[in-house]
Amino acid sequence: MSSQRPSAWYAVPAFGFFALFAALPMLLVIYLSFTAWDGLGTPAMNGGENWSRLLDDAEARASVWRTLVLMVVSWLVQTPIALLIGVWAAGKQRSRAVLSSIFFLPLLLSTAAIALLWQALLEPNFGAFVDGPLFLGDPDIALYTVVLVISWQFIPFHTLLYQGAARAVPPSLYEAATIDGASRVGKFRHITLPQLRYTIVTSSVLMLVGSLTTFDTVLILTNGGPGTATRILPLHMYITGFSGFEMGYASAIAVVLVVLGTALSLVVMRWSGFRQMSSQQEGS
Amino acid sequence: MSRRSWVRPLIAMGLVAVTAVVSACGTSGPGETNAGALKIWALEDPVLNKIENKSIDSFKAGGGNASLETFGNDPYKQRLRVAIGSPQAPDLFFNWGGGNLKEYVDAGKVADLTSVLEENKAAKDAFIPSVLDGAKLGGKYYGVPMRGMQPVLLFFNKKVFTEAGAQPPKTWDDLLSLVDTFKGKGITPIALAGNQAWTELMWAEYVLDRVAGPEVFKNIRDSGPAGWKDPAVVESLTKLKDLIDRGAFGSSFASVGYDAGGASTIMAQGKAAMHLMGSWEYTNQLDQSPDFVKNGDLGWVAFPSIPGGKGDAANLVGNVSNFYSATQDSKSLDAAKKFVTSELHKDSYVEALIEAGDVPPVVGAEEKLKKSPNPEYASYIYELVLDSKNFQLSWDQDLPADDATFMLTQLQEFFLGKVSPQQFVDAVAAR
Repeated sequence: MSSQRPSAWYAVPAFGFFALFAALPMLLVIYLSFTAWDGLGTPAMNGGENWSRLLDDAEARASVWRTLVLMVVSWLVQTPIALLIGVWAAGKQRSRAVLSSIFFLPLLLSTAAIALLWQALLEPNFGAFVDGPLFLGDPDIALYTVVLVISWQFIPFHTLLYQGAARAVPPSLYEAATIDGASRVGKFRHITLPQLRYTIVTSSVLMLVGSLTTFDTVLILTNGGPGTATRILPLHMYITGFSGFEMGYASAIAVVLVVLGTALSLVVMRWSGFRQMSSQQEGS
Repeated sequence: MSRRSWVRPLIAMGLVAVTAVVSACGTSGPGETNAGALKIWALEDPVLNKIENKSIDSFKAGGGNASLETFGNDPYKQRLRVAIGSPQAPDLFFNWGGGNLKEYVDAGKVADLTSVLEENKAAKDAFIPSVLDGAKLGGKYYGVPMRGMQPVLLFFNKKVFTEAGAQPPKTWDDLLSLVDTFKGKGITPIALAGNQAWTELMWAEYVLDRVAGPEVFKNIRDSGPAGWKDPAVVESLTKLKDLIDRGAFGSSFASVGYDAGGASTIMAQGKAAMHLMGSWEYTNQLDQSPDFVKNGDLGWVAFPSIPGGKGDAANLVGNVSNFYSATQDSKSLDAAKKFVTSELHKDSYVEALIEAGDVPPVVGAEEKLKKSPNPEYASYIYELVLDSKNFQLSWDQDLPADDATFMLTQLQEFFLGKVSPQQFVDAVAAR
């Protein structure tokens, strides 16, 4: 045994799956993005026509913008709430455990169920807000309603991440701070937050990439409407591909999504120093 | 202890493998159910599927063999697209006729049924000619009607009308004044399930037809998107915009659904006075608000005429019928031809459709329609279609899928007031 590392053969199943279910479809999509194909017959090469059309497509640009708004706003909403609840729920008190487990309930519901539930709740004639704001019917509000629903669904998950991480912070740090006379807020700012740094990165990457590819919630909740107010990029791709059957053009949009998603996680990793991630705890 | 350490991962791996295999089977499409049988694909519909299965039994009794597979609406369209031309293709498939079918015909995937219909005069003559023409493309027949006719009607709540002392609209001006009447009473004049574009499309279709007649749309369909530039399109959309701006549909229509029973329920409860919808609305209301229908409060009239318009007030829009078409590459093409020319106009099939509340597209059904669960309504629909000069298939089914999808999006923006009539025309004509 010259090396402690496992043999490279161990990676074969993972690479096989990746090649078959991620790399191969991606290559096919890149190929399709240079063709015109309505789903019938065989794809016909049309050079860069889909790509030049994409550059001129005002609807595609608008849907990229909506995707970015959705991404940033849902990060801004979810992160502070999940962080605070997570740290609070990390306490060992019994009441906190009970409340947390109630709070984690949305985690148990499927996305489709959540979207249908909110759709019924926000129905303008029979919902809970009759004569209230048109949460799903007003083009200026609908996108934020989508953020609200997504946040309601995913905050518990991120809370769970923060709760686990907060429990792993060594108590000795807090004890030392208490002796030095640090306030509650001071302890949160100078101990908890720095200790949770990598959890914040992980949770942010999940949130940002997750909202880039959010699809099911929006499809069921609004189907991109009213008008195109919530037609985010993945939905624009779906409608182009599976309602309009313009598979070539939809593939071009799909490539943009892949590139955006990859770029996004690379940027977040680099900017946050995720690669140099190391434990700051004593003894490791 | 050492035994335990490898048993659990092994079980876990086994479970993952099983799940993967099972889910792969689930998505790999329908398996061979009945080798050698005629494979028929249709939409999921608890009532209709039973009748379809009966027709298959009858076909089997005559020495044939067939099996039915059904799918939900959107998955159906997607699966059909992928399957046609592959070895998994059905032999007979359900469709809407018109431009929707034309895409498949142009790709050479659909069998020409003209000669077999000419040979079986009895089958051809059994159907109402204008309905049979719904699947006629370039002078050839590519489909045979297999279910009821579904024109779009203006439904109204009789009780709400009586209380307001109002009469159902005969003309566009009647409609406009009714809007003011009901608004004054705090009732939404017209229910609209506007979270889906096809409900809004019905308005655009009828208004254009009444303003300019059916030729304008036929020209768009046959000669391409430039046809939208016909001034009649802007004229009709301007009329429609007037209606929207008067508050005819209320303010919340953009998030009201049809599938969830939203628009139908507000009319049944008297919160809205009218509702433009396909003829299936009757059974829908009967299902969702049975008392409303049984008390005789559900009324219906044809779409109002537009004074000075060129379109005949008897013209209809909607789903002409649904059709069975045969795939060109089918190994059982002869059996498929036999099925569509022998089973779909049989008395037993027609009567079963009538008993389920459908209005089948066959000639001389007046007497049979008396056995309908809703004879008055069924006869009304039947006469309406017989008297109509033109029965336009819904635009989204009559245009190629890509143009239809784009047009529906623009129409939703138009109803929200984000796009003017002229901008709508500019956008769809530029496709």
